[in-house]
Amino acid sequence: MPELILDGRPLKVAEGTTVAAALMLGGDGTSRTSVSGQRRAPVCGMGVCQECRVTIDGQRRLACQTLCRDGMRVESRP
Amino acid sequence: MKDGADFIVIGGGIVGAACARELAKRGQRVLVLDAGLRAATAAGMGHLIVLDDNPAELALSQYSVQRWREWAPEMPENCAYRQNGTLWLAANAEEMAVAEAKYQVLRDHGMDCELLGAAALRATEPELCEGLHGGLRVNGDGIIYAPNAARWLLDHPLIEQRQARVVEIDGARMRLEDGSWLSAQATILAGGTHVTELCPELPVEPKKGHLLITDRYPGRISHTLVELGYVTSAHNASGPSTAANIQPRPTGQLFIGASRQFNTADPEVEPWMLARLLQRAVDYMPGLARLNGIRAWTGFRAASPDGLPLLGEHPQRPGLWLAVGHEGLGVTTAPGSADLLIAQLFDEPAPLALEPYLPQRFAGVRAHA
Repeated sequence: MPELILDGRPLKVAEGTTVAAALMLGGDGTSRTSVSGQRRAPVCGMGVCQECRVTIDGQRRLACQTLCRDGMRVESRP
Repeated sequence: MKDGADFIVIGGGIVGAACARELAKRGQRVLVLDAGLRAATAAGMGHLIVLDDNPAELALSQYSVQRWREWAPEMPENCAYRQNGTLWLAANAEEMAVAEAKYQVLRDHGMDCELLGAAALRATEPELCEGLHGGLRVNGDGIIYAPNAARWLLDHPLIEQRQARVVEIDGARMRLEDGSWLSAQATILAGGTHVTELCPELPVEPKKGHLLITDRYPGRISHTLVELGYVTSAHNASGPSTAANIQPRPTGQLFIGASRQFNTADPEVEPWMLARLLQRAVDYMPGLARLNGIRAWTGFRAASPDGLPLLGEHPQRPGLWLAVGHEGLGVTTAPGSADLLIAQLFDEPAPLALEPYLPQRFAGVRAHA
């Protein structure tokens, strides 16, 4: 069971869980803040809509296209 | 506007909008018809840039960029105007010589610009690659979000906007898709690449461009970065070409161009061309390779054979006035194009010599009967 750090808080998830699913399991499901200050959440789940972009270990990634790994740091807030 | 407009403008992009605005300022009632088709105002980069490939291009772009600076204080924030300047990049000694020549020309025309050596260039934009020879900073250039700028220009009590597709033009009269006819004192055609559907004699061809925008990464660069290879590779080649053009949006996004392709009307993003374009940009700004692009799309520039717009009355279609063929400079030169066209419409002195832009310079337009 990988354990990741989601916005500073530890979260254990099942093997094969995407970061998008982890956002839902460990928080309110939102992934980012839009330029107008609204929270946004994953929409398409298949790497197209770009709504689920989060920072993973310092790099901007799509949460729906990334599997959780042990020790991964995921940031959804600026 | 029950009794009809004084003028009808076909095309509500940036050029049509600028023409409509200048007419409305003179107290004229204007009807703007827009078909809602794919067009360059919505696709392009909104780079307000002075280009000097020839004296007429320099005159029109310098005049127009100055007009944008004058408009800036009136524009709403969502037009995203910034006078951030263009930084032309010289990769080698030959391009540095081009930068120096350009500097002389622009200085001779009273423009605020400066040459930077290699070290000064890197100090100005630390994200640039090593090994560049220098650059030319043109301080009066800027950027804008053109769709909102067009909306702002059209927001005037004497301007009525209507979504409608014109299917036939007869001088100042036109037939709409629903079969109805409209007419006015004069009609201004500003339909970008679509004008040849109405006037096949116009020498306007689509030149396809690819664009990509990244996620938000504020503060990486401050100027719009343009390679001087642009002068040789993109403008003068007849085959597909790319040139690095990296623009910092006020949101922190980076907007990346530019490519040119001829003889295609296919709007699909072509991965090989997008890859070539991005590689070129990464060559100049290596850190780009670690950033995420979130959208890529294409657009079509409405190009005339000599790269200058056609501004004036159609020699063979009295009552029809042309503001077409702006290629990649439509957003930049919209204000000047409007002023030159409207000076002719009202028989007023024009702010620039008109000859280089008159439609009758093309034999095909003259000969059409």
